[in-house]
Amino acid sequence: MTVTPLGIPRRLLEFTIDGEPARVPEGSTILDACRAAGKDIPTLCQGDTLTPKNACRVCVVEVEGSRTLVPACSRKAEPGMEVRTDTERARHSRKIVLELLASSVDLSTTPQVAGWLKEYEAKPDRFGPDAARLDEEPKVDNDLYVRDYDKCILCYKCVDACGDQWQNTFAISIAGRGFGARIAVEHDAPLTDSACVYCGNCIEVCPTGALSFKSEFDMRAAGTWDESAQTETTTVCAYCGVGCNLTLHVQDNEIVKVTSPHDNPVTHGNLCIKGRFGYQHVQNRD
Amino acid sequence: MDLHFGDSKPTDDERAAVDALLGPPESSWEGADRSDADLRWARGGRAARDRRDLLLPGLHALNDRVGWISEGALDYLCRRLTVPPAEAYGVATFYAMFSVKPRPANVLHVCTDLACAAAGASELCAGIEAKLGLGSGVSVERSPCLGLCERAPAALAVKAGDPVRTAVSAPATVRDAVLAASAPDSAPEEPPAAMAVPQAGDPSLALLRRVGVVDPASLDDYRAHGGYTALRRAFELGPAGVIREVTDSGLVGRGGAAFPTGRKWQATASQPDHPHYLVCNADESEPGTFKDRVIMEGDPYALVEAMTIAAYAIGAHTGYIYLRGEYPRAIHRMQYAVDQARARGLLGDDVLGQGYAFDIEIRRGAGAYICGEETALFNSIEGYRGEPRSKPPFPVEKGLFGKPTVENNVETLVNVLPILTMGAPAYAAIGTGRSTGPKLFCVSGSVERPGTYELPFGATLGELLELAGVRDGLRAVLLGGAAGGFVRPDETHIPLTFEGTREAGTTLGSGVVMAFDDTVPLPRLLLRIAKFFRDESCGQCVPCRVGTVRQEEALHRIAERTGAAAADDIALLREVGRAMRDASICGLGQTAWNAVESAIDRLGAYE
Repeated sequence: MTVTPLGIPRRLLEFTIDGEPARVPEGSTILDACRAAGKDIPTLCQGDTLTPKNACRVCVVEVEGSRTLVPACSRKAEPGMEVRTDTERARHSRKIVLELLASSVDLSTTPQVAGWLKEYEAKPDRFGPDAARLDEEPKVDNDLYVRDYDKCILCYKCVDACGDQWQNTFAISIAGRGFGARIAVEHDAPLTDSACVYCGNCIEVCPTGALSFKSEFDMRAAGTWDESAQTETTTVCAYCGVGCNLTLHVQDNEIVKVTSPHDNPVTHGNLCIKGRFGYQHVQNRD
Repeated sequence: MDLHFGDSKPTDDERAAVDALLGPPESSWEGADRSDADLRWARGGRAARDRRDLLLPGLHALNDRVGWISEGALDYLCRRLTVPPAEAYGVATFYAMFSVKPRPANVLHVCTDLACAAAGASELCAGIEAKLGLGSGVSVERSPCLGLCERAPAALAVKAGDPVRTAVSAPATVRDAVLAASAPDSAPEEPPAAMAVPQAGDPSLALLRRVGVVDPASLDDYRAHGGYTALRRAFELGPAGVIREVTDSGLVGRGGAAFPTGRKWQATASQPDHPHYLVCNADESEPGTFKDRVIMEGDPYALVEAMTIAAYAIGAHTGYIYLRGEYPRAIHRMQYAVDQARARGLLGDDVLGQGYAFDIEIRRGAGAYICGEETALFNSIEGYRGEPRSKPPFPVEKGLFGKPTVENNVETLVNVLPILTMGAPAYAAIGTGRSTGPKLFCVSGSVERPGTYELPFGATLGELLELAGVRDGLRAVLLGGAAGGFVRPDETHIPLTFEGTREAGTTLGSGVVMAFDDTVPLPRLLLRIAKFFRDESCGQCVPCRVGTVRQEEALHRIAERTGAAAADDIALLREVGRAMRDASICGLGQTAWNAVESAIDRLGAYE
């Protein structure tokens, strides 16, 4: 059962989105308000369990009186604000951001992005065949994760999940600067030489598939990964007394990955190495 | 926090460098030898973690001593400060002056930025590399603007050791630069700061009055020339009175954003959260800017006094000067001035016997233009990567260490002295109605007398160029540095005020005025500007991280093209530039396309 904490009642504030009045509790972001009003704004670095870094800038909207566009994911709604989500100016920036990403990063496993590229008429090819790309090879240095930074958009979500927002392990950080910035452990060492505890919470929040479970990575490589053939069953982890919910993703009667519901009050989508990876005994049929 | 350290051990030198900064380790938890007492004694929590802001000084200590930062050294520093090594590695790799790969102790930073490029920096680099040859034990690194534009081309030599030695060679010849790089101690002394002030000695100057007149080391000399009268006046007025004077004077920030200083101070002073902090932004990295260096080298006590006044007004007891790492002489002189002022009771627990406590800490930058952005600077001081924060919240509410903070540029702060000594009305009478007071301009490039000039706001570009002795064949003038814009030689009537430049569709920025003659191909300058932004982007947001790369690529493609052959790429540049301006997090990305745009639209580049 999901328990929703009631908390202190929050004042409602009024402002307008695309000319229509909106009422949201104080502290809501523009994105919250837009979603409540049924408006879809693309997001990449925003995540339901994290404080957004607002680094991708794909969710930008126009706010009356603001010199620049503002990120809907992290700008709090203010009374009287006039927000416009679909102006030519906002659409232009979203389009360019999508083009810049698609021309430098492998977005083949990023959900929804193909639709956005079409919607915003983005043409990543127009930067020419020599446009610089990340050009990274997948890092396979352990049995549990694969880090394919050719698909990384530097949304900072894995760093935040590993760091002070969830896991407090601080095994990874951004290293380098500018276009050369990459997610790395200290001294660009393999993950096995780092502080990583293999909780998999970074994979849980990765929006592009740059981080993936080894099981998924191998099946994708073999061409056997088929999400439509997978069932999801939510159960309770049997390892300790915390009672984390596990969602088992099963394909062909084999567990292929384990996640946890993001709205679960115990886990908020996070697990530990045992819940996340300790499922082999379940399918040991000998 | 899961602190995990590898097996690499620091060398004795590295350990000594860290211990010299932090003191010897107290227990094996921090890297000392294990003793029985360690089993009954642990350290952790906030007490261990709240020294994170010493990470950057620690990295400097290692880099200064050894020339680079090894795995063992970084691990040891992290152990001492309870910082996760991955984060420290992220910080160390953020700054251009640090290296996490082995390199020689001698490093020569050769400026290849605009003024130096126009003065032959690429030939200089080639000459130096040819003369040094392979295995010379000197690493030659091409550097963005070193802030020595009045003596272009410039090179800065650093020799790691105890203590670290530096030498500046400017204007550099191959012979001088190689000598400075191999033996910084035997390089000739840098000329005095007043050499960069062609007006030096003119008694009518307000900001540069003492440069070249007083001994920058002597506090007595400073006091004999009117020093500390403004602080006395401030104590008479009280904090609210000082803020009122500054507000009435019409002073606005001189770093480029032109925000009213009085309003910033008032907003911080009235914050209930404490402590309040004062931060002086001396990370002068805009290509072509060297005015703050001139003040800090020529009249360092003025900045100490001005900071004391500002801190008194906003109720701060700690002030930081974030000084760019490429300015060794300014760092040395400011540190000496702060120490002298402290020894004489002008800083410390009881400033001037008024019962007010204030002290200044100097923090060195390490080669990152972005750290001149106010919130990136906070992150840098706090020991994080120098990435800008999103605003709101603004620094007046949540700034350094999350507390209300005033951050002002060196020049802005120094303006407070004449405001208090002459009074707000007299100060406001200088300049124009909306841009009051004197302004410093950094003139370089194709002029006879490059340097820092002080003129009242309202002087025209032509007057300034004439004063500096502009040479024939003027092709373009860059106002405001790489983030600014080009104007044509026939636009010398533009008044040098914030409103005047805005009306003319350009910007005053930090006061850079760089003149270029027709010997320098414009596309090459634009490529250098684009490379600058590509190198200096922090990489946080997509429009800037990838946009600056795409901008440079497009400029490369059209470097030799004009007219219809360049039209497609210019259209592409416009589209990317517009998104960078609209959607980047901070001013770096927002202005990364300004200069290129102005060159296309005003100068007709590529036509």
